[in-house]
Amino acid sequence: MTLMQPVALDTPLLAVRGLTKRYGPRIGCADISFDLWPGEVLGIVGESGSGKSTLLSCLAGHLRPDEGEVIFATEDGPRDVLQMAEAERRRLARSDWAFVHQNPRDGLRMGVTAGGNVGERLMAVGARHYGDIRARATDWLGRVEIAVERIDDRPSAFSGGMQQRLQIARNLVTGPRLVFMDEPTGGLDVSVQARLLDLLRGLVREMGLSAIIVTHDLAVVRLLADRLMVMKSGRVVEQGLTDQVLDDPQHAYTQLLVSSVLQV
Amino acid sequence: MTDYNFAYLDEQTKRMIRRAILKGVAVPGYQVPFASREMPMPYGWGTGGVQVTAACLTPEDRLKVIDQGADDTTNAVSIRKFFQRTAGVATTEATAEATLIQTRHRIPEQPLTQDQILVYQVPIPEPLRFLEPRETETRKMHELEEYGLMHVKLYEDIARHGHIATAYAYPVKVEGRYVMDPSPIPKFDNPKLSDSPALQLFGAGREQRIYAVPPYTHVVSLDFEDHPFEASKAPHDCDLCGASDSYLDEVITDDRGSRMYVCSDTDHCRSRRAAGFIGRLGTPFATEAAE
Repeated sequence: MTLMQPVALDTPLLAVRGLTKRYGPRIGCADISFDLWPGEVLGIVGESGSGKSTLLSCLAGHLRPDEGEVIFATEDGPRDVLQMAEAERRRLARSDWAFVHQNPRDGLRMGVTAGGNVGERLMAVGARHYGDIRARATDWLGRVEIAVERIDDRPSAFSGGMQQRLQIARNLVTGPRLVFMDEPTGGLDVSVQARLLDLLRGLVREMGLSAIIVTHDLAVVRLLADRLMVMKSGRVVEQGLTDQVLDDPQHAYTQLLVSSVLQV
Repeated sequence: MTDYNFAYLDEQTKRMIRRAILKGVAVPGYQVPFASREMPMPYGWGTGGVQVTAACLTPEDRLKVIDQGADDTTNAVSIRKFFQRTAGVATTEATAEATLIQTRHRIPEQPLTQDQILVYQVPIPEPLRFLEPRETETRKMHELEEYGLMHVKLYEDIARHGHIATAYAYPVKVEGRYVMDPSPIPKFDNPKLSDSPALQLFGAGREQRIYAVPPYTHVVSLDFEDHPFEASKAPHDCDLCGASDSYLDEVITDDRGSRMYVCSDTDHCRSRRAAGFIGRLGTPFATEAAE
């Protein structure tokens, strides 16, 4: 499916070099470097406070890192996102990128109908035909398994799982190439989680998306991620193919993490 | 008269407001912050418009004040009196005679000229406010020209009502750049904003913002390709003067459902009646004047 990607396959979609973010004397994340290739899903795991959310915010442009480069393969060639003007970065954030928040309330407009929420991103990139916007919103609600007759209901009338699926629809409607996800299954019960993961896996594979998923849930990365980065105290302690890292953890902390997963 | 500086405000304040107005004229549709003063009237009664009017008035000006199209309603009467007392300027109810018109929620039916200034009273100047409550964020959206959200409001209208139900304060784009709230004028008046020979100034007292549409500026009402903007009015003629092209008020005349439609612009209606036009329920103008 990666053949559908418009960018060349011999350059990474996102190249991160020496990314560092400090909160005063404390370290948010330090000296992070990695490449993300088109169609690849990268999982970032670690305990609370390990800097994984800081890293994600820095990558998505929500936080300004102190050092480092975030080079994204834009349509006009690789560009350092951190050197872009804000207008350009925000344009990127609403066309080529998507950000799925842990809490759907952060990513949705609760006072606007489901259709309006999905349509907002289309209108933000210039769609001005109501019928088209409506048709694409309808299509996307179907793809995330929300009944089409709920298109004119507000997200506040939706269950938590539906809200999260709506947020995903809203983010993917413009056909982004890179999706950032911050604990996409956090706060959902297990059966809803399973459905959401199934859906996400389908969409990611079908659209050939690249994604960076931050989570503390090893089951999520096992299911979704091709590659895994383990963080501790703001640094990457181990990275590699997901199955390799989870089945044969090398670093003491990764071993601890893998062994502390509860078995039913 | 000697108790007040000309037009109530002191000269330094007027200077500050004029600076804001000039900046507003230079950047059409951009909301210029200004240090709004306390005025001897409550917020919502036109404190912003009054300050802009005070800063623009000269002793030679002839002032007209409109409240919802009418010259004789509370807001119009009190503001007209205010400037009669504090500036001693001549006043008029005739649109053509006025050099400065302060208005609440209407644009006069009679086309304006180059020699006139129209001052609008604005309650909430930020068109994006009800969708995005953060001021920092709406400023950024204006700065970066991110106006997709404005269409979300219109989308919601169509989704709920089948058509764009926003009937007043209909958002416009000024000179292809800034999205602006035209104050709560009916959308019937929106086309008059564009390419007007008169200078149009907007003052919001509580929100401390001034913005402007300079003469002959292009103003477009936002819409969708398949739901184009439509300047709507009640589908009737004026019952007093018979006008078919003016914006109408609905007046309930008894408790059995009778109603009449009259021009909201009282000056327009009266001058038409004086010229001999008679509507469905109207009487000849001369006989009424004789009574």
